[in-house]
Amino acid sequence: MGLINKIGPGRSGMQRLPSGAFTVDSQGNVVSSTVPQWVPEGLVAQIGQQIVAIFKGAEAARLPFRELRVQYEAFRITAREMRGGAIVFLSPKAAMDAIGPVS
Amino acid sequence: MAARNKILLLDDDEQMLELYQALLEQLPSRPEVQVCSTGARAIAMLESEPFNMLITDLRMPKMDGLQVLAIVRRKFPELRIVVLTGLLDEEYRTRAYAQGVEMFWQKPATAEDIQLFQDCIESMLMRATHTQEGFRGVQSKSLVDLIQLECLSRNSSVLNVSRGGLHGKIWIQNGEIFDAATANLAGEEAFKEILSWKSGNFEIHPGDGSRERVIQNSYQGLLLDTAQAMDEAKTPVDATAELPAGVVTGLAALGRFEGVSFVLAIPPDPATPVDSWSLENPMDVANWARDAQARLARIGTSLRAGELQVAAGRGWHDSWALQAHELKGLLCVGFRPTLEPEEVDQTMKHVFDKWAS
Repeated sequence: MGLINKIGPGRSGMQRLPSGAFTVDSQGNVVSSTVPQWVPEGLVAQIGQQIVAIFKGAEAARLPFRELRVQYEAFRITAREMRGGAIVFLSPKAAMDAIGPVS
Repeated sequence: MAARNKILLLDDDEQMLELYQALLEQLPSRPEVQVCSTGARAIAMLESEPFNMLITDLRMPKMDGLQVLAIVRRKFPELRIVVLTGLLDEEYRTRAYAQGVEMFWQKPATAEDIQLFQDCIESMLMRATHTQEGFRGVQSKSLVDLIQLECLSRNSSVLNVSRGGLHGKIWIQNGEIFDAATANLAGEEAFKEILSWKSGNFEIHPGDGSRERVIQNSYQGLLLDTAQAMDEAKTPVDATAELPAGVVTGLAALGRFEGVSFVLAIPPDPATPVDSWSLENPMDVANWARDAQARLARIGTSLRAGELQVAAGRGWHDSWALQAHELKGLLCVGFRPTLEPEEVDQTMKHVFDKWAS
């Protein structure tokens, strides 16, 4: 553990990128999940809440949409609106996934 | 081979758009039919590329059809406009005609109505094809030619001239110009103003013998003076003329990318106004985009997923993409629903690169 901390100084929480899917209801509560258990529940809930808020905000701005695709340097999120809630897919980009833990 | 006529169809009802697009694409002349669901987008599309005809509904949220007509008539005086509406209101009909629409159609309800509607539109397109230059009815003749013909023939007539929302009258008596009038001018000034209009419509009515002579100059002298004044003018005389076709600036230039339906540039400083093209509610969308970008950046930070590159959404009517630039802020671009996600990504890349440069 100490070795890992020395390799990645200052990092806490996520050591690798999660893969999986989960659903949230319209309040942002996680309903079901295939995200690995090592991913903190709070983090999954936080992602779900942010996604639902983005869908709701778009509707209020009269730009409603049903599918969201987000690309990060090393990660991809796809979310589909579902009766006010959402189903969210988390997928590390293939190359980064092969490398393993994020450095 | 003659270029295909282009029709812009404006209606807030997506199903009606689909239906009428299909009906119009069946016309014998096979026009290119583009659709839009808001007045702001219609105006932006007309600014981006030339169309032969606008077919518009009247009752729409935000900018209604009459408001669209007022703007379109002023900016695109040569565009043929047809109103297609479910409204059975005589006042609307009168106001629409006053705005210069060429036809007012109640939305067809029977197969016969649809056939009649198609026949009328086809006929108008054919006429438009043959009268794109000069005043309608006198192909390749200028207004000067027309006046010379009337005067040389020693005719007595009243020439009603219109260009979009502009109207003028020229009174000719026994081959001499007696008077002229526009909304704001009279006499020689009005005559020169009317002659500065490079295209439009005219009607020749019987002479008005009771009109007093206000213009004393001979018609030859008048035409010569007018031509000289037009030559000497350093700025274009035709005040109603728009930028030459193809000249687009700012965000409108980004709107020329295939499939782009709106563009919104959001500066980093919230106090700086946003810049938008073809978007009716830019502030609402800008506020949402800022909020969404901040939320997605927070997710990225929590996951250690690296820098947020681009976000894209696919909706029932539009798709959009959102990307941040370090100095210029956020760019939010709308795309037509016909674009596949991969095409959205590719186009967004090009649009963003152009904007960033």
